Amino acid sequence: MADVLESGERERFERLVMPHQDAAFNFARWLLRSRADAEDVTQEAMVRAYRFFRGFRGGDARAWLLQIVRNACYTWLEKNRAVDLTTEFDESIHQQHSGNSPEAAAVAANERDHLMRALESLPPRSREVLVLRELEGCSYKEIAAIASVPIGTVMSTLARARERLQQVLSRSTGRAAAGTPVRRDGGAL
Amino acid sequence: MTCDLSRSLLHGYLDGELDPLRAEEFERHLESCSQCIAQLGEQESLRASLQSAQLYERAPAGLSTKIKRQIASAEAESDDQWSWVPIWRWIAVSAAIVVLVAVAYLGGQRILAGRSGVEQAELTEVIDAHVRSLQPGHLTDVASTDQHNVKPWFDGKLDYVPPVRDLAENGFPLVGGRLDVLNGRSVAALVYGRRKHFINVFVWPESGKESLIPATGTRNGYQWIYSRAHGMEFCAISDVSAADLHDLTELLQE
Repeated sequence: MADVLESGERERFERLVMPHQDAAFNFARWLLRSRADAEDVTQEAMVRAYRFFRGFRGGDARAWLLQIVRNACYTWLEKNRAVDLTTEFDESIHQQHSGNSPEAAAVAANERDHLMRALESLPPRSREVLVLRELEGCSYKEIAAIASVPIGTVMSTLARARERLQQVLSRSTGRAAAGTPVRRDGGAL
Repeated sequence: MTCDLSRSLLHGYLDGELDPLRAEEFERHLESCSQCIAQLGEQESLRASLQSAQLYERAPAGLSTKIKRQIASAEAESDDQWSWVPIWRWIAVSAAIVVLVAVAYLGGQRILAGRSGVEQAELTEVIDAHVRSLQPGHLTDVASTDQHNVKPWFDGKLDYVPPVRDLAENGFPLVGGRLDVLNGRSVAALVYGRRKHFINVFVWPESGKESLIPATGTRNGYQWIYSRAHGMEFCAISDVSAADLHDLTELLQE
């Protein structure tokens, strides 16, 4: 009986929280680096959000939901891919994506793919602030709430994350220019 | 060499997150710092390429339906437990409740006082245990921020395994663990830090009977949250906000 909300609550949930489903999915997809896993985890997180909805004290529903999604993602990573949480920089991402998946090969050599792989090679804590800021357009205050860190930490984490991203991007461009085949697709960078 | 500001303030400026005073200060700095100008330009073009690359990925079409269906079925499940009860039974049950309440009331304050006395006692024990732990030298039996030290420490001292996790990255650094006694049984007390405050989380296996500790409340300036998950009962108590306690409990129960 405890899980049952009033039908009004369900309507409120669908009105306030469900519209942020894309934000939830996008965030999970970048944290987990997989659409299929993101779909499962988003679904689980949304259902969990519904159960906790009574504890939602009003305010920023997107930040509230993304906090739950983030927890669900880290729990999932801990269980299924703990190595992601300790890897500082994932060099293998470069090869992995260009070589193995036909889908990636099809869009290879394009700017999106290039940036995607650079972003995915960053550690999750750097990746998440970039995704929240650049893709989701969150304010520092929202990022602080979502990632449960003090607001002052957001700026320094973002600074470091952008620095890393720049390094990764310039590294791959540098190598390609030097003629070292970093990527098997041989895409021009 | 990199200008220090290019590693910090510059990003706040780029994101429009500096207050007007600091933004102005930074703009003045820009006039004389070529490094920051260059870095700002690079960051702007990095942002432009991130935004034009269409990296945002929307949820697949069927996801919303799946979520709604799962929510509905979760609800139906809990509804089902009750929907088979015919109306007349509900009336009988209500009548019975009315009679019971009346009897309890007419029977005098004794019964009610008894129940709330026990309730008070159980809660008082939790609060006392928390206050006692804050006295010098009482906080932890095993002081360690490493869950791999704290968890095995409980081995052989309890007949269950409390879920010990360092949650420093969520803002709740593990401080240590302690053995405590609540309601006549030994329980694990996990101690977490939150800014300059300490949080005690008491964990014990579900006893099977209804707990007498209210789900949440405040007394003497201490806030508590009581809940159950995975066959364990949790009671987190501290002088931090209820929201913090809620977050911590949720993290521990994941």
